[in-house]
Amino acid sequence: MRKLLIPLAALIVLIGAAGLWLTRAQPVDAARFEGLEGDAAAGETVFIAAGCASCHHAPEAEGEAELVLAGGQRFPSEFGTFVAPNISPSSEGIGDWTLADFAGALTRGVSPEGTHYYPAFPYTAYTRMADADIADLWAYMRTLPADPTPSAAHEVGFPFNIRRGLGLWNTLYLSEDWVMPADTAELERGRYLVEVLAHCGECHTPRGALGGLDTGDWLGGAANPAGDGRIPSLRPGALDWSANDIAYYLESGFTPAYDSVGGHMVAVVDNFAQLPAGDRAAVAAYLKALPEG
Amino acid sequence: MIRSTAFVAALAIATPAVAQDFDGPLKGRQGMFQILAINLGIIGDMAKGETEYDAEQAQMAADNLVAITSINPLPLFPEGSDNEALDGTRALPAIWENVDDLGAKWADLGEAAAGMQEVAGNGREALGPALGPVGNACKNCHDEYRASPE
Repeated sequence: MRKLLIPLAALIVLIGAAGLWLTRAQPVDAARFEGLEGDAAAGETVFIAAGCASCHHAPEAEGEAELVLAGGQRFPSEFGTFVAPNISPSSEGIGDWTLADFAGALTRGVSPEGTHYYPAFPYTAYTRMADADIADLWAYMRTLPADPTPSAAHEVGFPFNIRRGLGLWNTLYLSEDWVMPADTAELERGRYLVEVLAHCGECHTPRGALGGLDTGDWLGGAANPAGDGRIPSLRPGALDWSANDIAYYLESGFTPAYDSVGGHMVAVVDNFAQLPAGDRAAVAAYLKALPEG
Repeated sequence: MIRSTAFVAALAIATPAVAQDFDGPLKGRQGMFQILAINLGIIGDMAKGETEYDAEQAQMAADNLVAITSINPLPLFPEGSDNEALDGTRALPAIWENVDDLGAKWADLGEAAAGMQEVAGNGREALGPALGPVGNACKNCHDEYRASPE
């Protein structure tokens, strides 16, 4: 019996260690960003394309006040309600962070303290962000107004309140691979905007039981977690608009039948309207190149 | 007792008629938005480059936008004609908690239409910038008062 106990104890320790290893937070290597100087003006474009303000401005903020990233907007889901945190450059937000901390949050979904973020924050999209864009975005966000509002806690029940579990989730769903091929410069830009910065898949792609995106049905339409209607498919078989129609919708908010954009897409169109026309055309080209069905 | 029985009987007769009572306002307001969309389409297709710019047509469409937005829309939104009470409408109950705001947002659309009316005859390049405020007025109202499509 004594003979068995020791290997058994060793096994338990090993499994425990493996569990801790698998669920650990994996920040980025600080050296990767050393000497990388961001350009705030270029960062503004990244900021707009990534739609940061749309989720992180205070509820009800409008106009210039949308640049105060105080957090507080609520995002219901079947796992609980997530509350967007303060990401303004104050000590309640990201004021005390380094660029590497920021990159770890964006591309690995980990906080500077080494805890996991919930994937309501689209780090699974931002994980493919270019280092230069991260540095530019960082430089821009340092210029925004600081706000002292403390971040509110998420309202998430057991077992989803155990953040360690997200380490396992990340081994399943955090991937640096592209979803679609892109063989022209325009398709590559469109892919970078759709799959990464604008994180379109977060709403337009259905999710599995664990909340991971079903990339086999990429942008194929999904239930609306807010419960209002259904989020449409962007595949050519469902969205039969011309590329010009898509680009014009992203600029003006008008559908080809001159109905106007609604719901959360209003904020998305507000962002796309501020990007260069070439970016809207690139998104349209990418969507037209998606699988038909 | 007799009175209350009569009241219940009257209710029983009245209830099925309620949805029909809103048939006119629903058709009226949806028609109104359709007229807006058709005229916006004339201008939008020119702005987009899908049709040739035609100053007269653009001006006519812009004049129509102004004419329609000068109608007070509130008679088309009687209380109880929301998407929780009725099928075939996406009008959210929030409208009737903020009727004044609905009026203000409609007035914003009127202002944007007037801006379009001023420049619609000045060439294709003038259309895009004038469409911006029109689109924003649509969005601002739909964002709060219209449900997403099913």
